[in-house]
Parts: sequence; structure tokens; C-alpha cells
Amino acid sequence: MSPFVVRVRSDISELAEDIGRMYQDFPVLSPNSFADFHVEVSYERGIRRWVRPLARFYFDGRPSFIPLPVHQAFPMLEWGINWCVAAHSHSFLIVHAAVIERQGMAVVMPAPPGSGKSTLCAALINRGWRLLSDELALYDSKNKQLYGMARPVSLKNQSIPVIQAHTPAAEITLPVPDTTKGTVALLRPPSESVQQVKTPARPTWIVLPRYQADAEASLESLNKGKAFMLIAEQSFNYNVHGREGFEAVGDLVDSCECFEFTYSRLSDAERVFDDLLASQIKG
Amino acid sequence: MIYWPVRSRGDKGVLVQCLRDPRAVLSLGPSGWDLLIRQGRRANLLGKLAVLLSDSGLMALLPASPKAHLLSALKMAERQNSAIHWEVSRISEALRSIGVDIILLKGAAYVLAGLPSSRGRTFSDVDILVRKSEIVDVESALMIHGWQGSHHDEYDQRYYREWMHEIPPMLHVRRGTTIDVHHTILPETARIQVDTQALLDHPLPVEGFHNVFVLKPIDMVLHSATHLFHEGELDNGLRDLADLDSMLRHFGAEHSFWLGLIPRARELGLHRPLYYALVFSMRIFNTPCPKSIVAELKAISPPWLVRWLMDACYTRALRPNHASTHTRGAWLARKALYIRSHWIKMPMPLLVWHLLHKAIKTPSKESEFNTQNRKIDAQ
Repeated sequence: MSPFVVRVRSDISELAEDIGRMYQDFPVLSPNSFADFHVEVSYERGIRRWVRPLARFYFDGRPSFIPLPVHQAFPMLEWGINWCVAAHSHSFLIVHAAVIERQGMAVVMPAPPGSGKSTLCAALINRGWRLLSDELALYDSKNKQLYGMARPVSLKNQSIPVIQAHTPAAEITLPVPDTTKGTVALLRPPSESVQQVKTPARPTWIVLPRYQADAEASLESLNKGKAFMLIAEQSFNYNVHGREGFEAVGDLVDSCECFEFTYSRLSDAERVFDDLLASQIKG
Repeated sequence: MIYWPVRSRGDKGVLVQCLRDPRAVLSLGPSGWDLLIRQGRRANLLGKLAVLLSDSGLMALLPASPKAHLLSALKMAERQNSAIHWEVSRISEALRSIGVDIILLKGAAYVLAGLPSSRGRTFSDVDILVRKSEIVDVESALMIHGWQGSHHDEYDQRYYREWMHEIPPMLHVRRGTTIDVHHTILPETARIQVDTQALLDHPLPVEGFHNVFVLKPIDMVLHSATHLFHEGELDNGLRDLADLDSMLRHFGAEHSFWLGLIPRARELGLHRPLYYALVFSMRIFNTPCPKSIVAELKAISPPWLVRWLMDACYTRALRPNHASTHTRGAWLARKALYIRSHWIKMPMPLLVWHLLHKAIKTPSKESEFNTQNRKIDAQ
């Protein structure tokens, strides 16, 4: 998952199947390669192994998080990897945001949970946009480009059937109920997105999505000051960068047109995003 | 008797090899880099390694992926360095009204004294030393300014206050930073009785503050040595030894430092920890040490059996606490040092009582979860 290599160890065979399916387009490296993160998701030992088995995430041998029921192993692995990246990769400004790209231009969708950014992201990557990330925007302040990992998109609760209906061909894991985020399922990233994972994108738009039942689609301009605060708030390591972080957020916001987008139908979203692209090309 | 396991255990000491001689990174393949970054991260020495590599002008020659991790660790350390400055200024401000002088210890002291050992170093808290008679005032002044006590459990309170040398760590409600307030450098129950008063006399003022001080160079080394060789959990043992190595090199440039070192250690009753600090720093980090000091080591060394045991334990425990260095011997060494640390901090009846209490009392789920989280944050 360029720019990172993760080495995973597990004794849970179902997890191997999920990884095999969801990461099928990713290269498998030799065990002698450099890995950025060594992670493990394994059964908890003892009697629980046989009653209601639990699994725990390990970062390079160090147990982290509380153990979770073993059926949550794959989402737990995904959250664990997110944490590894967010806590150790300060060469990037890391923002909690989905990023999609078309023709070299990227939309950054920073948003608190529940805003529907993953749903929007999942829908658009099946309609011509390239997936960089549904969770972590990696901004390199030196070359002012956005990087992604093209990892599986995490769908929650209602968005699982919504995406299934929207893209019947989409490959989605079995829904995992009762996680801290409700029911979760992961969507396999499109092959083209994985193949182009090394290609960065130029930040062009910041769109704050807001799902509102039965709303007509509306795209309102978002004040740059608000956009700045939003990006800073949603950044995992803005404070680690100090003054540079402040400037990086400023650069990122400056290079983008900023909008607030309220929607209820994915077809509206597709149209609005296509219009954005068209206006940028014309302009 | 003296040997360093790097030679016999090949790759397992890659971190120490590279800290001793940063040019060693040039011969690393991908799997060597993989191990180096993992060991460095676990030992909290990645930032330090980055500093050494950048000082040697090697940074530009490194492969992109490991380099990103080194730079990331360096950035985190730089950030924490400036955060420590801010934190100390807040503490200074909080204690201004009660007119108490504080002495910074360990990490915060290295930063505020501008020592090379602060470069690339990360921190989990600020340690300060105050007079025992002032500790109540200090605690309430800190509370007024937003720090809150932790460990509300009655036993823990007693453990910290009566038996140990500090009050329970205090957490700032908004910034989430931790301060450890000590009134002596070793527990009151410890076997070695330290003349803390002597340490408190004539500390060095920190520029820009009127109530913040650091220990004089020799005392600072003695304190760090005492801390390391009384510590039971050596997760940061190698990092703390690297601090000592760095201080010995820095202060050791002045001949007077070496002249005063052993006499002062004897005066304070801290010659034994100094012995271990010098021996292990020389052995592991090749710390330069004058012949006269090496010749004097014998006079402050423990009896041969203790020396042999300590040697066996510390050569195993002063390594990154990472799977690549885990052997049965290392596990045993860590356990033994853990028990020793309690043994030398408490008289026997108290030790038995304390360990029994810890064994019987199972931590609640809640507290276990919090510890996990704190560990994650600390990384």
C-alpha cells in the first residue's frame, strides 16, 4: 500500500481470506523487504479461545487496544493500520479525510464521522474517480501533493446496503455487526486505483459533505477560514509540525476551492462532482 | 568477563552498532533496515539515531522508506522539545506565587540546559525536585493551575507518598501533560540513603527563569545513573544509558568533571550506580573515559558475585525491549532486575506486603484499558 509496506501476521484463517480478497491487487513482497509496520492480529489464548474467541491487535509485538470478538478481526486490522500510519508518519501532514482524484486533481473531504464521507467516496470511486483514501489524507507539504494508500473503504451501517444498491458489482466483505462503530463492512478498492497508488494528486477542492435525508443537493462556498479550522481540527499531527503544520494547512486550503455539500442522493453527488471537474477544466 | 553480545549475536544488536558508529547503516540491506527501525522505535532511540546520522552527513544517502521514519521521529522529538519549554514555563509560573524553587530532572533538564542528550529525545513527563517541606505547597499550587492528582486508590496514595520519593503523577486537565514531583532522588525506604540536601545546594539556574534550576553536571550524571540502576522496568533502559553516554562525552570535555566525579559520588553515597553507569556506557557505547577513572573503578566496584550477576542481567536488559532481542535469558534478566529494583527500594517486610498487594489486587478492566491507551499515546 504505497507509500507504506505492512507486514501482517495472524493465526486467524478467516482474516487471511479477507485480506486476500480485499488486497488482491496489491503486490506481495518478499519477507526480506523493508516493512514500515509489523502488525499482528491473533487469537487471545486461554479458555476464551474456545468459548467466545477474542482477537487482539499487536504493533510489532506490543499489544494494543482491547481485544475484540474474533469476527471483528479485519476491521480491527484496518483500524490498527490507520493508527500505525497516523502515529508514525510525520513526514506527511495527516488529515482525517477521504481523498478522490480525477485528471490529477483531488477532492479532499474532511469530515467528522456520520457525515457520509465514506459513502460518498465509495460511490464516486465506482463512477470514474480514483480512490486515494477514505480515512487518511497524506499531504506532503514540500511538493504540495496528496498521497493515498488505496486501501479498502470502510462502510458503516446504512451505507452498506446503499452502496450495494448503487454498485451491485462492488465486492464487499460480510457485514461485521456490533463494533464500536456499529455494523461495518469493507469495500474492495477498484483495481485501477490500486495500480495508480504511487501517483500523487494535486489538492484542488475541499468539500465538507453533509448527508441530510431527503435534501436537495446544494453546493455552497465555504469560507477559507472555516476550511482552515476544519482541516486543522481533523488533522492527526498538525501540532507535531508546529509552525510548519500551520503553513502546510494554509497552503493546502489556499490551493483549493472550498465547499460545503449537502446531499441525500448519490446520483446528485455524481453530477455535482462532475460539474466541479468540468468547471475546473474550463476555468 | 567483559564482552558485548553484538559480536556473538550478529544482527540483534544492529541498533547499538549504528548508535556507536552511524556509518554502519551504509552496509544495511532492506532486512537490516527493517530491524534497525523496529529496534530504534521500541527503544525510543529513533530520534537520537536520526540526529547522529544527520550530524554525520549520512541522511542524504539513506533509502527513502527508513529515512521517512527517522525524519518522522526527529520531527516528533523537536516538537516535544519545544513543548517541554512551554510546559516548564507553565510550571514556573504556577509556582511563582509560592516562591518555591524547583530543580528539573532527566529529560526536561537536558532540554532546558541545552544538552546534546536532549536532541532527538522524546518525553513522557516532566520530573521536578523540590524540598520535602515544600511539597504540600507545590502540590496545591499545581492543582490551582490545572494539574490533577492521579492514583486515587488509598493504597497507591500511601505507596507513593509514604514509601516512594514522590507524590503520585499529576496530570494537566487541558494539556494532558504529566508532572512528577519528587522530594528526593531515591525512595525514603531505599537501602542507599542519599543526602538530598547536598544535591539541592547550589544548583545551576536555568536562563530565562528565576525559580527553575538544574543539577550541576556531576550531580546530574549521578542522578541519572542512580535513576537508571534503580529502575525496575527497563523499557527505556538503553535510551537512559545513551543519555548518560552523551552527558559523559559532553561534560567530560572538561577535565575538572572527571576529577570531581568519583569523590562526589562517594560523598553522596552514589558510587555504586556510578560504577554501573561508567562500565555499561563504556562497554555498550564505547564512551571515552580517562585512564585514571578506569583505574579507580575497581575501588567502587561491588563484590565479584554481585558484579557477575549484575553484568549478566544488565547486558541482557540494556537492549531494545523488542522481539528480536527476546531470549529466555533476557526475560529472566528483566524479571530479576524488576525484583531487585523493589528489593533495594524497600525493606523486606514492606516488599512482601507490596508484592502481595499487587498480586491479589486485579486491575479493573477500565484501568487496564487506560494503561493500554496511555502506552499507545506514549509511542
